[in-house]
Amino acid sequence: MTRYRYTRTARTFHWLAALLIFTGFALGLYMSDLEFSPDKLRYYVWHKWLGITVFLLAAARLAWRAANPAPALPVAMPAWQRRVAVAAHVLLYALMLAIPLSGWIYSSATGVSVAYLNLVDLPNLVPKDREMAKTLLLLHQSLNYLLAAVVTVHVAAALKHHFVDRDDILARMLPGR
Amino acid sequence: MRLFRPFIPSLAVMLMASSGAGAQAVLIDKSEIRFVSRQMGVNVEGRFRKWKANVDFRPKELAKSKAEFEIDLASIDLASEESETEVRRPRWFDTAKFPVATFHSTAMKDLGGDRYEIAGTLTLKGKAQDEKFPIEVKKDAAGNSVATGEFTIKRLAFNIGDGQWGDPTIVADDVIVRVRMVLPRAA
Repeated sequence: MTRYRYTRTARTFHWLAALLIFTGFALGLYMSDLEFSPDKLRYYVWHKWLGITVFLLAAARLAWRAANPAPALPVAMPAWQRRVAVAAHVLLYALMLAIPLSGWIYSSATGVSVAYLNLVDLPNLVPKDREMAKTLLLLHQSLNYLLAAVVTVHVAAALKHHFVDRDDILARMLPGR
Repeated sequence: MRLFRPFIPSLAVMLMASSGAGAQAVLIDKSEIRFVSRQMGVNVEGRFRKWKANVDFRPKELAKSKAEFEIDLASIDLASEESETEVRRPRWFDTAKFPVATFHSTAMKDLGGDRYEIAGTLTLKGKAQDEKFPIEVKKDAAGNSVATGEFTIKRLAFNIGDGQWGDPTIVADDVIVRVRMVLPRAA
């Protein structure tokens, strides 16, 4: 039997990731321009917690997805669109793992350790090194802008499927039922 | 204002000459003054890039031994340039008014088994306090003496980080200072 709709679990994974990524991204942009203050440090801590959660969620989602494949794409979709769709989703998953990881390595290079929810102390992945930290920050930022670009395409494609192609691509991921 | 230059050999020789026979020029490139501060539940590592040391360590004549340090506080190495600029400000180190921290040993005690206790006076931001901490002295492969020690200072006792930074749940009161000094093998 072919399923055309995402399961409740898949939809929960998707929208939770969207919410956390959006919040972490916005917080990251906002906090970095703030004046040095206790609040700024607090936002960095929260930003890191959000990032680690995104990473864990993406890992759990991939494991779950391996046993629960995504529903088939509409038959009417041309082959090139299918290929692009697959590539975009692979990239999204890769970035959900790579971005938090790059942030953690960056934080390590600045000599600041990371503790998840103040409960689990994570080890520093690299020794403190100013030059390396600058490069890693640039990497972390670049990956985020790449993510922003892919998400934009992702949303635009979903809207195009809904309003132009009038298929169920968007509807099958929406909450409800 | 540049207070210190990194040690160059000639400077080290001058220092040795001026501080009397027996003074050992600390191998500055192999030595370090690091610290760990706890901020919002995570460790933040730092160190000082520039400092001077005048060490005359004689294990058999501890009464004649001494260790003196002068640390250029503005040379602090923290997580970012932004945080380095911050801690130079008056509410932290106030490096314009108090450019250096000093430590002068007053007594050394043999604790046995390569361990010694150093007592001395730490002067930081215009406040002097007696400190006491153990060190361990080992030989490295090249025959140099490597002294390592660790002690905890209470930053608030020196008014370092006040106002909105006075809350120890944001930046802990305790700062762990780790010193590693490498002295050349006796000639």
